[in-house]
Amino acid sequence: MKWGVIRFPGSLDDADALWALGEVMGQEARALWHKDETLGGAECVVLPGGFSYGDYLRCGAIARFAPIMRAVAHFAAEGGLVIGICNGFQILCEARLLPGALTRNRSLSFICQPVTVRVENAATPFTCAARKGDLLRLPIKHGEGRYVAPEAELDAMERRGQVLLRYVDDRGEASDAANPNGSMRSIAGVANERFNVFGLMPHPEHAVESALFGQDGLRLFESIVLSRSSLRLSQERAVR
Amino acid sequence: MSGIAVSLAGEPAVDSELARAHGLSAEEFALVQKLLGRMPTFTELGVFSVMWSEHCSYKSSRVYLKTLPSRGEMVVAEQGENAGAIDVGDGWVAVFKIESHNHPSFVEPYQGAATGVGGILRDIFTMGARPIASMDSLKFGSFEHPRTRYLVGGVVGGIGGYGNCVGVPTVAGETMFDPAYNNNILVNAFCLGLARKGELMSARARGVGNPVLYVGSATGRDGIHGASLLASAEFDASSQSKRPTVQVGDPFTEKLLIEACLEAARSGAIVAIQDMGAAGLTSSSSEMAARGGVGIELELDRIPLRQSGLTPYEMLLSESQERMLLVAERGREAELQAIFAKWDLHAVVVGKITDDGRWRARYRGQIVADIPVRALADEAPVYRRPAAPPAKPPARPAALREHPAPRAALRALLDNPNVASKRWIYRQYDSLVLSNTVLGPGSDAAVLRIKGSRRGLALKVDSNPRACALDPYLGTVSTVCEAVRNVACVGARPAGITNCLNYGNPERPEIMWQFARGIEGLREAALAFGLPVVSGNVSFYNETEGRAIPPTPTIAVLGVMDDVSRRVTQFFKAPGDRILMVRSQAPSLAASEYEAMFGASAPGLCPIEPGREKRLVDGLVVAVESGLIRSAHDVSGGGLAVAIAQACFNPELPMGAAIDGLDAASPSELFGEGPSTVIITAKQDDLSRLSRIFSDAGLECRVLGSVTAEARLRIGSVLDEDVRELAGIYERSLPRRLQGDDS
Repeated sequence: MKWGVIRFPGSLDDADALWALGEVMGQEARALWHKDETLGGAECVVLPGGFSYGDYLRCGAIARFAPIMRAVAHFAAEGGLVIGICNGFQILCEARLLPGALTRNRSLSFICQPVTVRVENAATPFTCAARKGDLLRLPIKHGEGRYVAPEAELDAMERRGQVLLRYVDDRGEASDAANPNGSMRSIAGVANERFNVFGLMPHPEHAVESALFGQDGLRLFESIVLSRSSLRLSQERAVR
Repeated sequence: MSGIAVSLAGEPAVDSELARAHGLSAEEFALVQKLLGRMPTFTELGVFSVMWSEHCSYKSSRVYLKTLPSRGEMVVAEQGENAGAIDVGDGWVAVFKIESHNHPSFVEPYQGAATGVGGILRDIFTMGARPIASMDSLKFGSFEHPRTRYLVGGVVGGIGGYGNCVGVPTVAGETMFDPAYNNNILVNAFCLGLARKGELMSARARGVGNPVLYVGSATGRDGIHGASLLASAEFDASSQSKRPTVQVGDPFTEKLLIEACLEAARSGAIVAIQDMGAAGLTSSSSEMAARGGVGIELELDRIPLRQSGLTPYEMLLSESQERMLLVAERGREAELQAIFAKWDLHAVVVGKITDDGRWRARYRGQIVADIPVRALADEAPVYRRPAAPPAKPPARPAALREHPAPRAALRALLDNPNVASKRWIYRQYDSLVLSNTVLGPGSDAAVLRIKGSRRGLALKVDSNPRACALDPYLGTVSTVCEAVRNVACVGARPAGITNCLNYGNPERPEIMWQFARGIEGLREAALAFGLPVVSGNVSFYNETEGRAIPPTPTIAVLGVMDDVSRRVTQFFKAPGDRILMVRSQAPSLAASEYEAMFGASAPGLCPIEPGREKRLVDGLVVAVESGLIRSAHDVSGGGLAVAIAQACFNPELPMGAAIDGLDAASPSELFGEGPSTVIITAKQDDLSRLSRIFSDAGLECRVLGSVTAEARLRIGSVLDEDVRELAGIYERSLPRRLQGDDS
């Protein structure tokens, strides 16, 4: 399928996302420039990690005004698949395409380390190649990844199944010690109400090769491919 | 030819007193007048003072640096360009260098360290190479000193703040705490870049009439006299007032500059390019012109400014960060400007290349500086300063009264911040971005893969100031051996050396002697290993109120692996594997952490024979390439007992070790550090083949024991410890000291 990886000034993991999708997974992936106003026919848009515009203001607060973000918002409103990783997650929250916000880590410092996340809802385009309760080992690397939202909103999100990933320990239990950044309810990744926009702080694009970090990140990208092809199948059936 | 240049209204009159305040000696000031044939203008005085500073001119070290072996069959670019470069195969060239940012980091730790990272990155991408990895060698004072925690937090924050935001992984490093650095910390930053062979950029200006372009950030008043006054003088009580000479970093702009410069390099429109680092516009323009044997003319009215009202003096001396100067092919300016505009960066024509060999600056219709290029670069003073060994023998820790029990010693050493896990530091650095990190921080050496190739690169930085304080020659040899050994432990063939030589005030004969002996050691070791010293940096004046740091040559080594999938880690892999010790000679407690903690008992450093070390390193590489080695770990801080414990701390699953082949009663066997030991593990079936590799090389190779499933460390009858408990001590040391966190 066709993927577009947006390159904002200060994006850093854009090349990694392109490598993971294009070279490792053999997908048709290309870079999209922040000044563009269209998405070049991408079936899934990736907002990569990095420090867009230096993140000298609130993380993602400037990137949301980039010309391409109007196209992204439009694409999402039409049901298009959007995934934001780390800084991309922050941008999607700033753009109100996802609920909540990401604030400074509890430790007040940048953290680069492996984490374990548990798949909380496998009935989404971003997680359908996994099973509910599966544990994925992914790296985090961020200074501002503490997920926050009003309690009432969190309750509603949990009810609707919008919390897709939660930080857990090796046994799969969420705990304060296994929560690397102090996120509310150990939330590592959330989707919007329509389940076509997904944001997560861990970096699946850095967990796609056994020689480097491992391959658990593939599960998320493969879910997207799977959901796209089953969607295409059902569309074809409907046409027939 | 005197040239005509004028001082501007309101500028101070130039006299010998003003020259002295600029750090020029009376002889140097006389030489300036002789070379110009007249009194310098105020602007020219400023220009000479920075270009002739120790930091920019290497005037005290140049005669020594020339003696280092810089050539080799793999060397593509040697000293003289912005960084050294080595052919690593498959059409790739590795460009690397290490540089100090000591004084700025002591005065303003966050920005000092951040701009140290930024500066070394620019030295790499100015060569047309994409920066792919950073490392740092850090020296702080003791935790008892009131500023240490503040400095550690600031420096680590600055390295992370810059490196993380610019998208270059920090993959390795070393950190030491010692009271000798209480008032003069060291921050040495290393960067490695990768370029296609034949696509390296030059810093040699040529082509009369070619335009000179200024690209990147606008110029402000920051960093003026950073090189001359801050980096080229000792510290004293007033040094804190020099904070304004520290530059401020903007990693976001640096990231744009990396992408824009690499894109511009591919256009083929660039003739020469250089970072505006120390002494900014002045050094970049004059050094490029000097290398190419041409003249250069700058129009200062065109310099992009952050604020109005900067004088020519300030513009020429500013060390504002994230700026580059480049010489373009005439007629292709617009093409380059379009590339920089795409990245929202300035690219302004500010001058041109001339044929008269002069470095000239115009401002508002007047010539404010007109100096022969050679006078700034090649004709800078060169000193062979007096060198003499110190009158007193080097200070040693108090004599040891009684050896502590091995159990207590092991626990104390694992808790020693110099030995303990540095996770608290490296976890603040992005070590993964760019998707090349095969082995990251916490390993003997970092390993990076080269995409699209089976090859990999290994890198490590080491220093051993305690050994260098005892014997600056042997200490340096030993440091080179250690860095080389670390690279070999992961299975890479050492390929090149870069260095950052940190010493005290070179005007004192004993410091100059330390430096000279250090250079001899570096030379000797490099020759023995057959390794080129491709780049380097000298940092003098690391002293405060007459007290110098111990001689600290920091050595970084790059290694090449033909097949990166063969890389080896330090951790024990499976129960039943046999543990071997290989060494070129017996260790000593001299200059060890054990000695620093418990007292001196050894007479002095063991001599080290780099020729034997080379055989050890060659053996390691062959053994890894033959698939005989399951794990390999260099014995360093804390000695053999600590190294075995560290090898047990496998993050996947802690292992144990049963050691019976060691004289466990001997503290020097257990805790001695040097100068040469590696512990390796192998399957029982491979044991004889493996031992033969080393015994044929005339090295001691002894089976010490076996890896056990039960996570206990047993050494003879003297130690029987729970590995998880030891790992806890090892991991908690830095968090406890740095954030009072005992969790």
